[in-house]
Amino acid sequence: MSERVDTVIIGGGIMGLAIAWNLAKLGQERIVVLEKSYLTSGASGRNGGGVRAQWSSDVNVRLMKRSLALCGEFATEMRINVWFRRGGYLFLARDEARVKSLSKAVDIQREHGLATRMIEPSEAKQLVPELDSSRFVAASFNGDDGVVFPWPFVWGYARAAQKLGVVIRTHTAVSALVTEGARVRGVVTESGETIHAERVLVCAGAWSPEITRMVGVELPSHPHRHEICSTEPLKPFLGPLIGDLSDGLYFSQSARGEIVGGISNEQVPPGIDQRSSARFLGLYAGALTRVMPILGEVKVLRQWAGCYDLTPDKSPLIGEVDEAPGLYLASGFVGHGFMMAPVMGELYAKYLVRGEEGELFDRWNLRRYREGRMLDESMILG
Amino acid sequence: MADKTFVCRCEDVTKHDVEEAVSLGHRDLESVKRYTGLGTGLCQGKQCVALSARLVSELSGQRVRLPITPRPLLHPTKLAHLARLLDGDDE
Repeated sequence: MSERVDTVIIGGGIMGLAIAWNLAKLGQERIVVLEKSYLTSGASGRNGGGVRAQWSSDVNVRLMKRSLALCGEFATEMRINVWFRRGGYLFLARDEARVKSLSKAVDIQREHGLATRMIEPSEAKQLVPELDSSRFVAASFNGDDGVVFPWPFVWGYARAAQKLGVVIRTHTAVSALVTEGARVRGVVTESGETIHAERVLVCAGAWSPEITRMVGVELPSHPHRHEICSTEPLKPFLGPLIGDLSDGLYFSQSARGEIVGGISNEQVPPGIDQRSSARFLGLYAGALTRVMPILGEVKVLRQWAGCYDLTPDKSPLIGEVDEAPGLYLASGFVGHGFMMAPVMGELYAKYLVRGEEGELFDRWNLRRYREGRMLDESMILG
Repeated sequence: MADKTFVCRCEDVTKHDVEEAVSLGHRDLESVKRYTGLGTGLCQGKQCVALSARLVSELSGQRVRLPITPRPLLHPTKLAHLARLLDGDDE
């Protein structure tokens, strides 16, 4: 069996679905999204749901400011409740070096019109009285940042895309790419079906390197397991998501009342691994109860894991692959693809359909690694 | 069973909620869990997973091959206790 379409998107996560919907909105037809498992099975269903415009690089602040605005409209536009709650993000600084880097980031954010500001521990304690304010010397706060419930966000895009004619096929894995010389011309599914396409987008998160390897393209990114856990639900008391860039600890209270959070953990098994570990619980619970001791009495209900698609320069891989024309990337989002998806979906469609955003798509193209043009972003959590 | 029959008592998920999820195309238990929230409460599915598997299978006409992925912890555990897991490590 064989069919012919315009666009095949590999990966039914939020990135692929957001791009599919935006392409369809700009009038593109014959778009097929292939998901090897069920929707929300990968990182899109396993992340902490944080959405913030507090970043350290000009480009990320610009993009995430737009993503936040899109999150605000999402429920109305998609007619689905995503439990978007704007409680802000509070980044704690434990030493002067961190105060300096956060202050620098705040200046950049304020140039973009954000309300972020540096605050004293005493003011942080007014925002969150349960914090042990002896554990940090300052903090940055933006009350417009927020959290969403990731699952309905994914269905919202999926449903809206389907309404515009996008075909979403779950439990359909890609086993090979169709080529004509170096050019990518489609995909072959695990069941042996060939789908010819004008362009193939790789939106497979941590699985992206496996896809590009099918045509001999090695990506600089690799999977890195990240674990999260969730507590019993509590009466709403915690306004902002609290982050600490020194150990990667972050936690927030979901609209369902649970405390959801994670922490950096360098010692993880290589490759795709979605198992949970006791070590994570120890790391997380230790750091969490030091910064907010009262949470010691709260019980953890469950833990789970997902994979970051980690690039060496903490910046994504987007646009066409020089070595394989017709093959496009939207990967390498280093654990922040969920919050980037609303804006990336919009920009990707504008780029493909109208040729806009050329500068961004050049900056984040894979070729920067060949050219030795490494980027930087210091505000990565987890 | 009436509409107000609870499938998952921890998260207040009713039979009607499950029917709606299946009618919207969620045909496997993992998807239904994510759409309705069943199995994500205090008991973590210990009480509801068998009933919901039967329901989903009846409604969708498809055999439910696997239960939802069991997530640690086995029992709700205080963060203060977990914080001592790495005692003795240099962290």
